[in-house]
Amino acid sequence: MSKLLEMKNITKRFPGVIANDNINFSLEKGNVHSLLGENGAGKSTLMSVLSGLYKQDEGEIYIKGEKNNFKSPNDAIKNGIGMVYQHFMLIPRLTVIENIILGIKQEKEPLINEKKAAREIQEIADKYGMDIDPYAKVWQLSVGEQQRVEIIKALYRGAEILILDEPTAVLTPQEIEELFNMVEQLLKEDKGIIFISHKIEEVRNISDKITVLREGKKIGTVDATAKKKKLAQMMVGREVVFTVDKDNVSFGKEVLKLENIEAQNNKGLKAIDKVSFEVHKGEIYGIAGVDGNGQSELIEVIAGLRKADNGSVKFLNEDITNQEPRSILRKGVAHIPEDRQVCGLVMDMDIKENMVMQDYHEAPHCNGSFLDWNYISKHTNDLINQYNIKAPSEKEEARNLSGGNQQKLILARELHREPELLLAMHPTRGLDVGAIEYVHEKLLEARKEGRAILFVSTELDEIMNISDRMAVIYEGKIMGEVKPEEVTKEEVGLMMAGTKKEELK
Amino acid sequence: MPADTKIDIKKIAIPIFSVLVSFILGGIIIKMMGLSPSTAFKALMQGGIGNINALGETFVKATPLVFTALSYAFAYKAGLINIGAEGQLYMGGFLATLVGTNFQGLPMYIHLPLAIIAAFIGGGLWGLVVAWLKVRFNANEIITTVMLNYIAMNWISYLVTGPMKAPPGNYPQSKDILSTALLPNILPGSRLHLGLLLAVLMLIFYYIFFKKTKTGYETRIVGRNRKAADYAGMKSKKLSLLIMFIAGGVAGLAGASEILGIQGRMIEGFSPGYGFDGIAVALLGLNSSFGIGLSAIFFGFLRSGGNMMQMLAQVPVSVISIITGLVIIFVIAGQAISNNRIAGLQKIIDLFKRSEPNNGKHS
Repeated sequence: MSKLLEMKNITKRFPGVIANDNINFSLEKGNVHSLLGENGAGKSTLMSVLSGLYKQDEGEIYIKGEKNNFKSPNDAIKNGIGMVYQHFMLIPRLTVIENIILGIKQEKEPLINEKKAAREIQEIADKYGMDIDPYAKVWQLSVGEQQRVEIIKALYRGAEILILDEPTAVLTPQEIEELFNMVEQLLKEDKGIIFISHKIEEVRNISDKITVLREGKKIGTVDATAKKKKLAQMMVGREVVFTVDKDNVSFGKEVLKLENIEAQNNKGLKAIDKVSFEVHKGEIYGIAGVDGNGQSELIEVIAGLRKADNGSVKFLNEDITNQEPRSILRKGVAHIPEDRQVCGLVMDMDIKENMVMQDYHEAPHCNGSFLDWNYISKHTNDLINQYNIKAPSEKEEARNLSGGNQQKLILARELHREPELLLAMHPTRGLDVGAIEYVHEKLLEARKEGRAILFVSTELDEIMNISDRMAVIYEGKIMGEVKPEEVTKEEVGLMMAGTKKEELK
Repeated sequence: MPADTKIDIKKIAIPIFSVLVSFILGGIIIKMMGLSPSTAFKALMQGGIGNINALGETFVKATPLVFTALSYAFAYKAGLINIGAEGQLYMGGFLATLVGTNFQGLPMYIHLPLAIIAAFIGGGLWGLVVAWLKVRFNANEIITTVMLNYIAMNWISYLVTGPMKAPPGNYPQSKDILSTALLPNILPGSRLHLGLLLAVLMLIFYYIFFKKTKTGYETRIVGRNRKAADYAGMKSKKLSLLIMFIAGGVAGLAGASEILGIQGRMIEGFSPGYGFDGIAVALLGLNSSFGIGLSAIFFGFLRSGGNMMQMLAQVPVSVISIITGLVIIFVIAGQAISNNRIAGLQKIIDLFKRSEPNNGKHS
């Protein structure tokens, strides 16, 4: 029997969501079967079920034709499932050997035969054409090498089915090539590989079969020869949840102008590569793209939170490149940060303390060095009413608010300042439909009032509905600037996967 | 009013409960030693509040504890753990001694404030070193403060046995502080000095700083969510520097209070660990100004009463250390439990949910 794995009718529910809805998935020896889908489509949940991390609510797993529902991750490993997580599970201070043998019963417990382990690791590495020094400390290795350690770790434990979760997300193009060569070697040894990704092009290159998931449902399984366009449609072509009524507003003067911006991410790699665009008064300019393609870094550069290595940021014709965040904010820039709980709010402070984080240093919120809490309370109560924030009082801690109300708090804080430019990063992420509509309403209201809005989202439907113009970003580069009404979703999907606008047709 | 002023009964219950249980356990320990707990505690009361002198002594001991506890609390609000109050206290005492033994002929209303300010600067600079190492090299402040403690203590030892040793004596101590720089007595019949007033003023300053001022508000945000502070345009690094200067400075005042108020000169090891006890005082006082005041008096009471207990009831003074140790354990454990209660409960529920299918198979 050549079928390594069969997952039948897998359903996994979390409170309020069905993460996997009746999904079938199978894998044959010497094959790569990819899982393609957007963030939150249910790929990781399905694989967590397979690796024993979650227990499915319904459905069965068959390994080589035998029914086998795993009780724990250990159980899954024993049955030949090897998972390489996107975020590596390695201990940086330990050596490659120590990481690989961690948790494995040794022959002469409690003694460790390091030499034998090193030999075995070297054998595996040689067999699959991987270059690794078993005695190196993990923190000294590059990301690509660390990934190799993870793969060897799985093979060392006897993995026959290797799950690679977004393996290319952190790799350079050269490292991706090496990874793909490794995969070829593994296939020759009759291993089966499950490849999780949302990058259409690489999935087509490496897979034998592709299964597309969307919102927890299986859309279909196709051969890798399927057209890119078809895959893009399967992946992003969901029903439009709602449409937004947008008045026609004519653009005014240029508010924000970026010229050839270059910047690095926290790892010191180039995250933004020669990005240029401008946003006008009364315009919503969308930045579409798969998460982690430089959106965060781009917004941080504009807000003065990250240094631009090259290029310039102009706000109302004034060069604000690499100025202090406070001075940029005071010129009339507002910022809805990407993660409201991490960088938008102080969760264990109350509403009024969170509400004045931008205003507290200006009268009438303060009087010299002293804050006027009476005024601040009154002011906060006004905003709570105006923005319809559901809270017992202004003294409620931010953590006790629902996600939607937390976001309303940030909206109130940022929009009441009547900014010329609003940076809105994933402003609807994780919100329910009602709250999403409210956020959209407020963004359009701000547009009508003549504010320039830079809107970053990974939700294709949303960004195409809301934006007047949009750019698609891929690996820090702008793939093209389009008007939503002049392109199809599939075309934008292709650009999100790395196709330049000029190459589209 | 900020949320912190809300009287949270659950929060206050933890320290009160901790003190009570610790005393009960302390009593059991005394009983197990074959001694009488009631005699011991009576002696403790007598030594702590029995007469004017005892009462004065309680406040004498509480005064430096207020400063060192505030030092810990200031840093804590900015998200920093300052274990270095002891070293900052010594450096404050050092500069206070320098000023206090010199400038003969200055009137008291100039000389005394000058010596006190010098102490603040001495401790403050010692704290600033910590913040600079943190901001510049991301050095862990717990480690740097502990290390700087040793440097400060040994520096003082060196000074009083060498360059600052008072001629002609053989004792490791400095010259006497000039009378114009001494903190005057405020309760005849006791050693209580004006340093107490300074401690009360610092408690009020601490309260106003965090409740009312812009900088205090910024500090609280930086302490709780540095990233949110940066996103709102606050300068979190500058604030860290400022707060550690203040924290060190306040600890330095403890040095001034000991040298200008009690010792009258700088001697080797002039602090019996006030810098470390300050951490306990701040913990028991829940980092609030009122709480720190109360718990400093409580710790001062234990310190002054403990000696009497040893004399009258033959109970070793180390029982007091056991009791204070227990208090701290209970306060920390109590807070951990109340903070994690909801999260912990959820974890237990999850555990049961996950093990359900397995249980089914076993049965």
